Amino acid sequence: MFRLANPNRFMNWSAKLLPWCVVATAILLGVGTWLALFVAPPDYQQGEAVRIMYVHVPAAWMASFVYAVMAISSAVALIWRHPLADIAAKEAAPLGAGFTLVCLVSGSLWGKPMWGTYWVWDARLTSVLVLFFLYLGYIALVNAFDEPTRGNRAGAILALVGAVNLPIIKFSVDWWNTLHQPASVFRLGGPTIAPSMLWPLLVMALGFTLFFVTLLLLRMRSALMAAKLRALRIQQSVAA
Amino acid sequence: MAAVDHFLAMGGYAPFVWPAYTMAVIVLGGLLVQTLITYKKRKRELQAAEKQRR
Amino acid sequence: MNKFFLLVMRDLRLALRQGGDAAMVVGFFVLTVILFPFGVGPEPELLQRIAAGIIWVTALLAALLSLERLFQGDYEDGSLETLILLPLPLEAQVLAKCLAHWLVTGLPLTLVAPLLALLLHLDVDGYPALMLGMALGTPILSLLGAIGAALCLGARRGGVLLSLLVLPLYIPVLIFGVAAIEAEISGLGARPHLLLLAALLVLALALVPFAAAGALRQAVE
Repeated sequence: MFRLANPNRFMNWSAKLLPWCVVATAILLGVGTWLALFVAPPDYQQGEAVRIMYVHVPAAWMASFVYAVMAISSAVALIWRHPLADIAAKEAAPLGAGFTLVCLVSGSLWGKPMWGTYWVWDARLTSVLVLFFLYLGYIALVNAFDEPTRGNRAGAILALVGAVNLPIIKFSVDWWNTLHQPASVFRLGGPTIAPSMLWPLLVMALGFTLFFVTLLLLRMRSALMAAKLRALRIQQSVAA
Repeated sequence: MAAVDHFLAMGGYAPFVWPAYTMAVIVLGGLLVQTLITYKKRKRELQAAEKQRR
Repeated sequence: MNKFFLLVMRDLRLALRQGGDAAMVVGFFVLTVILFPFGVGPEPELLQRIAAGIIWVTALLAALLSLERLFQGDYEDGSLETLILLPLPLEAQVLAKCLAHWLVTGLPLTLVAPLLALLLHLDVDGYPALMLGMALGTPILSLLGAIGAALCLGARRGGVLLSLLVLPLYIPVLIFGVAAIEAEISGLGARPHLLLLAALLVLALALVPFAAAGALRQAVE
Protein backbone atom coordinates (compact mmCIF):
# COMPACT_ATOMS: atom_id res chain seq x y z
CA MET A 1 0.00 0.00 0.00
CA PHE A 2 2.84 2.36 0.79
CA ARG A 3 4.35 1.81 -2.61
CA LEU A 4 1.07 2.85 -4.16
CA ALA A 5 1.14 5.97 -2.06
CA ASN A 6 4.37 7.38 -3.42
CA PRO A 7 3.31 10.71 -4.94
CA ASN A 8 4.44 9.94 -8.48
CA ARG A 9 2.89 6.50 -8.41
CA PHE A 10 -0.27 8.07 -7.04
CA MET A 11 -0.42 10.51 -9.95
CA ASN A 12 -0.02 7.57 -12.31
CA TRP A 13 -2.62 5.23 -10.94
CA SER A 14 -5.09 7.96 -10.12
CA ALA A 15 -4.88 9.18 -13.71
CA LYS A 16 -5.77 5.70 -14.90
CA LEU A 17 -8.55 5.26 -12.36
CA LEU A 18 -10.23 8.63 -12.80
CA PRO A 19 -12.03 8.07 -16.13
CA TRP A 20 -13.65 4.91 -14.72
CA CYS A 21 -14.69 6.77 -11.58
CA VAL A 22 -16.21 9.59 -13.58
CA VAL A 23 -18.22 7.23 -15.76
CA ALA A 24 -19.35 5.12 -12.81
CA THR A 25 -20.37 8.23 -10.87
CA ALA A 26 -22.37 9.61 -13.77
CA ILE A 27 -24.17 6.31 -14.36
CA LEU A 28 -24.93 5.64 -10.70
CA LEU A 29 -26.11 9.17 -9.95
CA GLY A 30 -28.17 9.26 -13.12
CA VAL A 31 -29.80 5.88 -12.53
CA GLY A 32 -30.19 6.61 -8.83
CA THR A 33 -31.97 9.90 -9.42
CA TRP A 34 -34.25 8.32 -12.01
CA LEU A 35 -35.08 5.49 -9.62
CA ALA A 36 -35.65 7.92 -6.77
CA LEU A 37 -37.93 10.28 -8.66
CA PHE A 38 -39.77 7.95 -11.04
CA VAL A 39 -39.52 4.29 -10.09
CA ALA A 40 -39.60 4.22 -6.31
CA PRO A 41 -43.11 4.03 -4.89
CA PRO A 42 -44.65 6.76 -2.74
CA ASP A 43 -44.83 5.85 0.92
CA TYR A 44 -48.26 4.92 2.23
CA GLN A 45 -47.82 7.33 5.13
CA GLN A 46 -45.52 10.02 3.74
CA GLY A 47 -46.61 10.09 0.13
CA GLU A 48 -44.22 11.65 -2.32
CA ALA A 49 -42.28 13.41 0.45
CA VAL A 50 -40.43 10.16 1.02
CA ARG A 51 -38.42 10.91 -2.13
CA ILE A 52 -36.36 13.36 -0.07
CA MET A 53 -35.00 10.27 1.67
CA TYR A 54 -33.02 9.35 -1.44
CA VAL A 55 -30.99 12.54 -1.06
CA HIS A 56 -31.02 12.88 2.72
CA VAL A 57 -29.96 9.37 3.75
CA PRO A 58 -27.06 8.90 1.32
CA ALA A 59 -25.83 12.39 2.27
CA ALA A 60 -26.03 11.44 5.95
CA TRP A 61 -24.09 8.22 5.36
CA MET A 62 -21.44 10.14 3.43
CA ALA A 63 -21.18 12.80 6.15
CA SER A 64 -20.05 10.19 8.66
CA PHE A 65 -18.14 8.08 6.15
CA VAL A 66 -16.01 10.99 4.94
CA TYR A 67 -15.20 11.96 8.52
CA ALA A 68 -14.12 8.39 9.19
CA VAL A 69 -11.88 8.58 6.10
CA MET A 70 -10.46 11.84 7.44
CA ALA A 71 -9.85 10.38 10.87
CA ILE A 72 -8.13 7.29 9.51
CA SER A 73 -5.98 9.37 7.14
CA SER A 74 -5.10 11.62 10.06
CA ALA A 75 -4.05 8.64 12.15
CA VAL A 76 -1.89 7.34 9.29
CA ALA A 77 -0.40 10.81 8.85
CA LEU A 78 0.49 11.10 12.52
CA ILE A 79 1.82 7.57 12.96
CA TRP A 80 3.71 7.06 9.70
CA ARG A 81 4.20 10.72 8.72
CA HIS A 82 2.82 9.93 5.26
CA PRO A 83 2.44 13.09 3.14
CA LEU A 84 -0.37 11.66 1.02
CA ALA A 85 -2.38 10.88 4.15
CA ASP A 86 -2.18 14.55 5.16
CA ILE A 87 -3.36 15.59 1.72
CA ALA A 88 -6.19 13.07 1.70
CA ALA A 89 -7.54 14.31 5.03
CA LYS A 90 -7.27 17.96 4.08
CA GLU A 91 -8.96 17.53 0.72
CA ALA A 92 -11.72 15.29 2.06
CA ALA A 93 -12.88 17.84 4.62
CA PRO A 94 -14.76 20.29 2.33
CA LEU A 95 -16.46 17.32 0.67
CA GLY A 96 -17.59 15.99 4.03
CA ALA A 97 -18.82 19.42 5.05
CA GLY A 98 -20.82 19.62 1.82
CA PHE A 99 -22.49 16.26 2.41
CA THR A 100 -23.29 17.24 6.01
CA LEU A 101 -24.88 20.47 4.80
CA VAL A 102 -26.99 18.58 2.25
CA CYS A 103 -27.99 16.15 5.02
CA LEU A 104 -29.01 18.92 7.40
CA VAL A 105 -30.94 21.00 4.88
CA SER A 106 -32.69 18.08 3.18
CA GLY A 107 -33.53 16.66 6.58
CA SER A 108 -34.96 19.98 7.61
CA LEU A 109 -37.10 20.12 4.45
CA TRP A 110 -38.26 16.56 5.13
CA GLY A 111 -39.01 17.32 8.75
CA LYS A 112 -41.37 20.21 8.09
CA PRO A 113 -44.11 18.23 6.34
CA MET A 114 -43.49 15.06 8.38
CA TRP A 115 -42.91 16.29 11.93
CA GLY A 116 -44.32 19.79 11.56
CA THR A 117 -41.03 21.52 12.31
CA TYR A 118 -37.89 22.49 10.39
CA TRP A 119 -35.66 21.68 13.36
CA VAL A 120 -35.72 19.91 16.68
CA TRP A 121 -32.90 19.58 19.20
CA ASP A 122 -32.89 15.83 19.41
CA ALA A 123 -29.74 13.74 19.76
CA ARG A 124 -29.31 12.78 16.10
CA LEU A 125 -29.83 16.27 14.64
CA THR A 126 -27.66 17.89 17.32
CA SER A 127 -24.77 15.48 16.85
CA VAL A 128 -24.87 15.93 13.04
CA LEU A 129 -24.86 19.71 13.54
CA VAL A 130 -21.83 19.27 15.81
CA LEU A 131 -20.25 17.18 13.02
CA PHE A 132 -20.78 20.09 10.63
CA PHE A 133 -18.99 22.44 13.01
CA LEU A 134 -16.20 19.92 13.49
CA TYR A 135 -15.67 19.98 9.73
CA LEU A 136 -15.64 23.79 9.67
CA GLY A 137 -13.29 23.90 12.66
CA TYR A 138 -10.94 21.43 10.98
CA ILE A 139 -10.87 23.43 7.75
CA ALA A 140 -10.27 26.66 9.69
CA LEU A 141 -7.49 25.10 11.75
CA VAL A 142 -5.62 23.55 8.82
CA ASN A 143 -5.68 26.86 6.97
CA ALA A 144 -4.72 29.00 9.97
CA PHE A 145 -1.00 28.38 9.83
CA ASP A 146 1.53 29.91 7.50
CA GLU A 147 3.40 26.63 7.38
CA PRO A 148 1.27 23.88 5.81
CA THR A 149 2.84 21.04 7.82
CA ARG A 150 1.86 22.66 11.12
CA GLY A 151 -1.69 23.04 9.88
CA ASN A 152 -1.88 19.43 8.72
CA ARG A 153 -0.55 18.05 12.01
CA ALA A 154 -2.85 20.18 14.12
CA GLY A 155 -5.78 19.22 11.91
CA ALA A 156 -4.89 15.55 12.23
CA ILE A 157 -5.09 15.74 16.02
CA LEU A 158 -8.38 17.63 15.87
CA ALA A 159 -9.83 15.08 13.45
CA LEU A 160 -8.98 12.26 15.85
CA VAL A 161 -10.37 14.09 18.88
CA GLY A 162 -13.61 14.80 17.03
CA ALA A 163 -13.97 11.18 15.98
CA VAL A 164 -15.69 10.44 19.29
CA ASN A 165 -18.72 12.14 17.72
CA LEU A 166 -19.14 9.38 15.15
CA PRO A 167 -20.43 6.63 17.46
CA ILE A 168 -22.61 9.24 19.13
CA ILE A 169 -24.22 10.06 15.78
CA LYS A 170 -24.71 6.43 14.90
CA PHE A 171 -26.17 5.29 18.19
CA SER A 172 -27.93 8.50 19.25
CA VAL A 173 -31.24 7.23 17.90
CA ASP A 174 -30.87 4.08 20.02
CA TRP A 175 -29.58 5.66 23.23
CA TRP A 176 -32.06 8.50 23.44
CA ASN A 177 -35.75 8.52 22.77
CA THR A 178 -35.72 10.97 19.89
CA LEU A 179 -37.91 12.32 17.16
CA HIS A 180 -35.58 11.13 14.42
CA GLN A 181 -36.48 7.63 13.32
CA PRO A 182 -34.25 4.71 14.34
CA ALA A 183 -31.97 2.82 11.97
CA SER A 184 -33.78 0.92 9.24
CA VAL A 185 -30.86 -0.18 7.08
CA PHE A 186 -27.66 -0.64 9.06
CA ARG A 187 -28.96 -2.66 11.95
CA LEU A 188 -28.58 -6.15 13.44
CA GLY A 189 -31.24 -8.31 11.91
CA GLY A 190 -31.04 -6.66 8.52
CA PRO A 191 -32.88 -3.78 6.92
CA THR A 192 -36.52 -3.18 7.67
CA ILE A 193 -37.08 -0.97 4.68
CA ALA A 194 -39.00 -2.29 1.67
CA PRO A 195 -36.82 -3.58 -1.22
CA SER A 196 -38.49 -1.20 -3.69
CA MET A 197 -37.13 1.62 -1.59
CA LEU A 198 -33.90 -0.04 -0.55
CA TRP A 199 -32.52 -0.40 -4.06
CA PRO A 200 -32.84 3.24 -5.13
CA LEU A 201 -31.34 4.16 -1.78
CA LEU A 202 -28.32 1.90 -2.26
CA VAL A 203 -27.77 3.07 -5.83
CA MET A 204 -27.83 6.70 -4.73
CA ALA A 205 -25.52 5.90 -1.82
CA LEU A 206 -23.07 4.19 -4.15
CA GLY A 207 -23.34 7.13 -6.54
CA PHE A 208 -22.57 9.59 -3.73
CA THR A 209 -19.62 7.45 -2.66
CA LEU A 210 -18.14 7.37 -6.14
CA PHE A 211 -18.77 11.10 -6.45
CA PHE A 212 -16.72 11.53 -3.29
CA VAL A 213 -13.93 9.26 -4.54
CA THR A 214 -13.77 11.05 -7.90
CA LEU A 215 -13.62 14.50 -6.35
CA LEU A 216 -11.14 13.38 -3.70
CA LEU A 217 -8.79 11.98 -6.35
CA LEU A 218 -9.06 15.20 -8.36
CA ARG A 219 -8.44 17.35 -5.30
CA MET A 220 -5.47 15.26 -4.22
CA ARG A 221 -4.00 15.53 -7.69
CA SER A 222 -4.48 19.31 -7.54
CA ALA A 223 -2.74 19.43 -4.17
CA LEU A 224 0.19 17.36 -5.43
CA MET A 225 0.52 19.57 -8.50
CA ALA A 226 0.52 22.63 -6.24
CA ALA A 227 3.26 21.08 -4.13
CA LYS A 228 5.29 20.30 -7.24
CA LEU A 229 4.77 23.87 -8.41
CA ARG A 230 6.03 25.25 -5.10
CA ALA A 231 9.10 23.04 -5.31
CA LEU A 232 9.78 24.15 -8.88
CA ARG A 233 9.42 27.80 -7.97
CA ILE A 234 11.82 27.40 -5.07
CA GLN A 235 14.28 25.65 -7.40
CA GLN A 236 14.00 28.42 -9.93
CA SER A 237 14.48 31.21 -7.45
CA VAL A 238 17.53 29.43 -6.02
CA ALA A 239 19.03 28.87 -9.48
CA ALA A 240 18.45 32.51 -10.47
CA MET B 1 -49.20 17.66 -19.61
CA ALA B 2 -51.32 16.44 -16.75
CA ALA B 3 -48.77 13.73 -16.05
CA VAL B 4 -45.92 16.26 -15.89
CA ASP B 5 -47.97 18.52 -13.61
CA HIS B 6 -48.72 15.56 -11.39
CA PHE B 7 -45.05 14.69 -11.22
CA LEU B 8 -43.98 18.27 -10.46
CA ALA B 9 -46.62 18.60 -7.77
CA MET B 10 -45.13 15.64 -5.86
CA GLY B 11 -48.43 14.89 -4.16
CA GLY B 12 -48.51 18.35 -2.65
CA TYR B 13 -45.02 18.10 -1.20
CA ALA B 14 -43.39 19.99 -4.07
CA PRO B 15 -42.23 22.94 -1.91
CA PHE B 16 -40.17 20.47 0.08
CA VAL B 17 -39.03 17.82 -2.37
CA TRP B 18 -37.81 20.09 -5.16
CA PRO B 19 -35.84 22.52 -2.97
CA ALA B 20 -34.20 19.50 -1.33
CA TYR B 21 -33.03 18.06 -4.65
CA THR B 22 -32.08 21.49 -6.01
CA MET B 23 -30.07 22.35 -2.93
CA ALA B 24 -28.23 19.03 -3.17
CA VAL B 25 -27.39 19.73 -6.81
CA ILE B 26 -26.19 23.23 -5.96
CA VAL B 27 -23.97 22.15 -3.05
CA LEU B 28 -22.51 19.05 -4.66
CA GLY B 29 -22.34 20.69 -8.05
CA GLY B 30 -20.62 23.67 -6.49
CA LEU B 31 -17.99 21.40 -4.98
CA LEU B 32 -17.52 19.74 -8.35
CA VAL B 33 -17.12 23.06 -10.15
CA GLN B 34 -14.69 24.41 -7.57
CA THR B 35 -12.66 21.21 -7.71
CA LEU B 36 -12.46 21.27 -11.50
CA ILE B 37 -11.55 24.96 -11.68
CA THR B 38 -8.72 24.49 -9.18
CA TYR B 39 -7.56 21.35 -10.97
CA LYS B 40 -7.39 23.01 -14.37
CA LYS B 41 -5.67 26.05 -12.90
CA ARG B 42 -2.98 23.97 -11.19
CA LYS B 43 -2.43 21.93 -14.30
CA ARG B 44 -1.93 25.07 -16.38
CA GLU B 45 0.43 26.62 -13.84
CA LEU B 46 2.46 23.46 -13.50
CA GLN B 47 2.80 23.00 -17.25
CA ALA B 48 3.85 26.63 -17.63
CA ALA B 49 6.46 26.30 -14.89
CA GLU B 50 7.80 23.07 -16.35
CA LYS B 51 8.09 24.68 -19.78
CA GLN B 52 10.01 27.55 -18.24
CA ARG B 53 12.40 25.10 -16.67
CA ARG B 54 13.46 23.73 -20.02
CA MET C 1 4.27 13.34 42.29
CA ASN C 2 6.40 16.01 43.85
CA LYS C 3 7.38 17.40 40.47
CA PHE C 4 3.72 17.43 39.45
CA PHE C 5 2.73 19.62 42.37
CA LEU C 6 5.78 21.81 41.88
CA LEU C 7 4.55 22.45 38.36
CA VAL C 8 1.02 23.16 39.54
CA MET C 9 2.37 25.60 42.09
CA ARG C 10 4.50 27.28 39.44
CA ASP C 11 1.54 27.76 37.12
CA LEU C 12 -0.64 28.93 39.97
CA ARG C 13 1.94 31.45 41.07
CA LEU C 14 2.25 32.73 37.49
CA ALA C 15 -1.52 32.96 37.16
CA LEU C 16 -1.99 34.69 40.48
CA ARG C 17 0.89 37.03 39.85
CA GLN C 18 -0.99 38.25 36.80
CA GLY C 19 -3.79 38.61 39.32
CA GLY C 20 -6.27 39.88 36.82
CA ASP C 21 -7.11 36.50 35.33
CA ALA C 22 -9.47 35.01 37.90
CA ALA C 23 -11.04 38.36 38.65
CA MET C 24 -11.53 39.07 34.94
CA VAL C 25 -13.13 35.73 34.26
CA VAL C 26 -15.49 36.03 37.20
CA GLY C 27 -16.19 39.64 36.30
CA PHE C 28 -17.12 38.70 32.74
CA PHE C 29 -19.31 35.90 34.08
CA VAL C 30 -21.24 38.17 36.41
CA LEU C 31 -21.58 41.05 33.93
CA THR C 32 -22.83 38.86 31.10
CA VAL C 33 -25.38 37.13 33.28
CA ILE C 34 -26.60 40.50 34.49
CA LEU C 35 -27.16 41.58 30.90
CA PHE C 36 -29.93 39.06 30.46
CA PRO C 37 -32.55 40.64 32.73
CA PHE C 38 -31.96 43.85 30.82
CA GLY C 39 -32.28 42.02 27.52
CA VAL C 40 -35.23 39.72 28.08
CA GLY C 41 -37.02 41.63 30.81
CA PRO C 42 -36.96 41.14 34.57
CA GLU C 43 -40.06 38.95 35.06
CA PRO C 44 -39.07 36.24 37.52
CA GLU C 45 -40.99 33.45 35.76
CA LEU C 46 -39.18 34.04 32.47
CA LEU C 47 -35.75 34.35 34.09
CA GLN C 48 -36.39 31.27 36.17
CA ARG C 49 -37.08 29.20 33.06
CA ILE C 50 -33.85 30.20 31.34
CA ALA C 51 -31.60 30.64 34.38
CA ALA C 52 -29.86 27.27 34.12
CA GLY C 53 -29.08 27.77 30.44
CA ILE C 54 -27.84 31.35 30.89
CA ILE C 55 -25.50 30.45 33.73
CA TRP C 56 -24.03 27.46 31.94
CA VAL C 57 -23.57 29.15 28.56
CA THR C 58 -21.96 32.17 30.16
CA ALA C 59 -19.69 29.90 32.23
CA LEU C 60 -18.60 28.22 29.00
CA LEU C 61 -17.78 31.55 27.40
CA ALA C 62 -15.98 32.76 30.51
CA ALA C 63 -13.86 29.60 30.59
CA LEU C 64 -12.96 30.18 26.92
CA LEU C 65 -11.61 33.64 27.72
CA SER C 66 -8.51 32.53 29.54
CA LEU C 67 -7.72 29.43 27.47
CA GLU C 68 -5.69 31.19 24.81
CA ARG C 69 -3.01 32.06 27.32
CA LEU C 70 -2.74 28.53 28.72
CA PHE C 71 0.34 27.61 26.74
CA GLN C 72 0.94 30.90 24.94
CA GLY C 73 3.45 32.29 27.41
CA ASP C 74 5.64 29.21 27.39
CA TYR C 75 5.35 28.91 23.60
CA GLU C 76 6.39 32.48 22.92
CA ASP C 77 9.40 32.67 25.20
CA GLY C 78 10.66 29.27 24.09
CA SER C 79 10.31 27.54 27.43
CA LEU C 80 7.88 25.03 25.90
CA GLU C 81 10.77 23.17 24.31
CA THR C 82 12.46 22.96 27.69
CA LEU C 83 9.29 21.67 29.32
CA ILE C 84 9.06 18.89 26.75
CA LEU C 85 12.57 17.77 27.68
CA LEU C 86 11.83 17.63 31.41
CA PRO C 87 11.85 14.20 33.09
CA LEU C 88 8.23 14.78 34.09
CA PRO C 89 6.10 13.44 31.19
CA LEU C 90 4.48 16.11 29.04
CA GLU C 91 1.10 14.49 29.65
CA ALA C 92 1.48 15.07 33.40
CA GLN C 93 2.52 18.65 32.74
CA VAL C 94 -0.65 19.16 30.72
CA LEU C 95 -2.69 17.87 33.66
CA ALA C 96 -0.81 20.22 35.95
CA LYS C 97 -1.57 23.17 33.69
CA CYS C 98 -5.23 22.19 33.47
CA LEU C 99 -5.47 21.89 37.24
CA ALA C 100 -3.94 25.31 37.71
CA HIS C 101 -6.26 26.75 35.07
CA TRP C 102 -9.29 25.23 36.75
CA LEU C 103 -8.29 26.49 40.19
CA VAL C 104 -8.09 29.98 38.77
CA THR C 105 -11.16 29.97 36.51
CA GLY C 106 -13.50 26.98 36.91
CA LEU C 107 -13.46 26.93 40.69
CA PRO C 108 -14.23 30.65 41.12
CA LEU C 109 -16.99 30.28 38.52
CA THR C 110 -18.51 27.38 40.46
CA LEU C 111 -18.40 29.37 43.69
CA VAL C 112 -19.99 32.47 42.15
CA ALA C 113 -22.71 30.54 40.31
CA PRO C 114 -25.18 30.34 43.23
CA LEU C 115 -25.07 34.11 43.61
CA LEU C 116 -26.02 34.50 39.96
CA ALA C 117 -28.68 31.82 40.31
CA LEU C 118 -30.16 34.03 43.00
CA LEU C 119 -30.24 37.01 40.64
CA LEU C 120 -32.00 34.91 38.02
CA HIS C 121 -34.54 33.47 40.43
CA LEU C 122 -33.42 29.91 39.86
CA ASP C 123 -35.64 27.44 41.70
CA VAL C 124 -34.08 26.59 45.06
CA ASP C 125 -34.16 22.88 44.28
CA GLY C 126 -31.75 23.47 41.44
CA TYR C 127 -28.88 24.87 43.48
CA PRO C 128 -27.18 21.60 44.48
CA ALA C 129 -27.41 20.29 40.92
CA LEU C 130 -25.95 23.59 39.70
CA MET C 131 -23.01 23.47 42.09
CA LEU C 132 -22.29 19.81 41.57
CA GLY C 133 -22.73 20.05 37.83
CA MET C 134 -20.35 22.96 37.57
CA ALA C 135 -17.86 21.32 39.92
CA LEU C 136 -17.80 18.32 37.57
CA GLY C 137 -18.18 20.23 34.33
CA THR C 138 -15.71 23.10 34.67
CA PRO C 139 -12.68 20.77 34.93
CA ILE C 140 -13.87 19.16 31.69
CA LEU C 141 -13.96 22.63 30.14
CA SER C 142 -10.37 23.26 31.22
CA LEU C 143 -9.26 19.89 29.87
CA LEU C 144 -10.99 20.13 26.49
CA GLY C 145 -9.88 23.72 26.24
CA ALA C 146 -6.28 22.66 26.71
CA ILE C 147 -6.47 20.59 23.50
CA GLY C 148 -7.81 23.58 21.63
CA ALA C 149 -5.21 25.90 23.14
CA ALA C 150 -2.39 23.53 22.21
CA LEU C 151 -3.66 23.12 18.64
CA CYS C 152 -3.95 26.87 18.07
CA LEU C 153 -0.43 27.81 19.15
CA GLY C 154 1.05 29.99 16.46
CA ALA C 155 -2.12 30.09 14.41
CA ARG C 156 -3.51 33.22 12.86
CA ARG C 157 -6.46 34.65 14.80
CA GLY C 158 -5.90 31.97 17.40
CA GLY C 159 -8.49 33.38 19.80
CA VAL C 160 -11.49 33.05 17.52
CA LEU C 161 -10.21 29.80 16.06
CA LEU C 162 -9.94 28.40 19.58
CA SER C 163 -13.59 29.18 20.25
CA LEU C 164 -14.66 27.61 16.94
CA LEU C 165 -12.79 24.41 17.79
CA VAL C 166 -13.67 24.11 21.44
CA LEU C 167 -17.34 25.13 21.58
CA PRO C 168 -18.62 22.08 19.63
CA LEU C 169 -16.70 19.87 22.05
CA TYR C 170 -18.28 21.72 24.98
CA ILE C 171 -21.83 21.01 23.88
CA PRO C 172 -22.27 17.64 25.68
CA VAL C 173 -21.07 19.21 28.96
CA LEU C 174 -23.57 22.02 28.49
CA ILE C 175 -26.39 19.63 27.68
CA PHE C 176 -25.88 17.45 30.73
CA GLY C 177 -25.12 20.36 33.04
CA VAL C 178 -28.38 22.10 32.25
CA ALA C 179 -30.34 18.84 32.12
CA ALA C 180 -29.15 18.01 35.65
CA ILE C 181 -30.58 21.26 37.02
CA GLU C 182 -33.87 20.95 35.19
CA ALA C 183 -34.23 17.30 36.19
CA GLU C 184 -33.71 18.15 39.83
CA ILE C 185 -36.25 20.96 39.68
CA SER C 186 -38.86 18.84 37.95
CA GLY C 187 -38.41 16.08 40.52
CA LEU C 188 -36.85 13.49 38.22
CA GLY C 189 -33.47 13.65 39.95
CA ALA C 190 -30.17 14.94 38.69
CA ARG C 191 -28.24 11.74 39.36
CA PRO C 192 -28.15 10.24 35.83
CA HIS C 193 -26.96 13.51 34.33
CA LEU C 194 -24.39 14.11 37.04
CA LEU C 195 -23.12 10.58 36.62
CA LEU C 196 -22.73 11.18 32.90
CA LEU C 197 -20.81 14.36 33.63
CA ALA C 198 -18.59 12.40 36.01
CA ALA C 199 -18.01 9.81 33.30
CA LEU C 200 -17.09 12.55 30.82
CA LEU C 201 -14.66 13.96 33.37
CA VAL C 202 -12.98 10.61 33.87
CA LEU C 203 -12.76 10.11 30.10
CA ALA C 204 -11.31 13.57 29.64
CA LEU C 205 -8.76 13.06 32.42
CA ALA C 206 -7.65 9.84 30.77
CA LEU C 207 -7.50 10.97 27.14
CA VAL C 208 -6.93 14.72 27.00
CA PRO C 209 -3.33 14.70 28.30
CA PHE C 210 -2.26 12.53 25.39
CA ALA C 211 -4.06 14.58 22.76
CA ALA C 212 -2.84 17.89 24.19
CA ALA C 213 0.73 16.64 24.64
CA GLY C 214 0.72 15.45 21.02
CA ALA C 215 -0.49 18.85 19.92
CA LEU C 216 2.20 20.59 22.00
CA ARG C 217 4.94 18.40 20.54
CA GLN C 218 3.94 19.16 16.96
CA ALA C 219 3.75 22.85 17.83
CA VAL C 220 7.46 23.03 18.54
CA GLU C 221 8.68 20.84 15.71
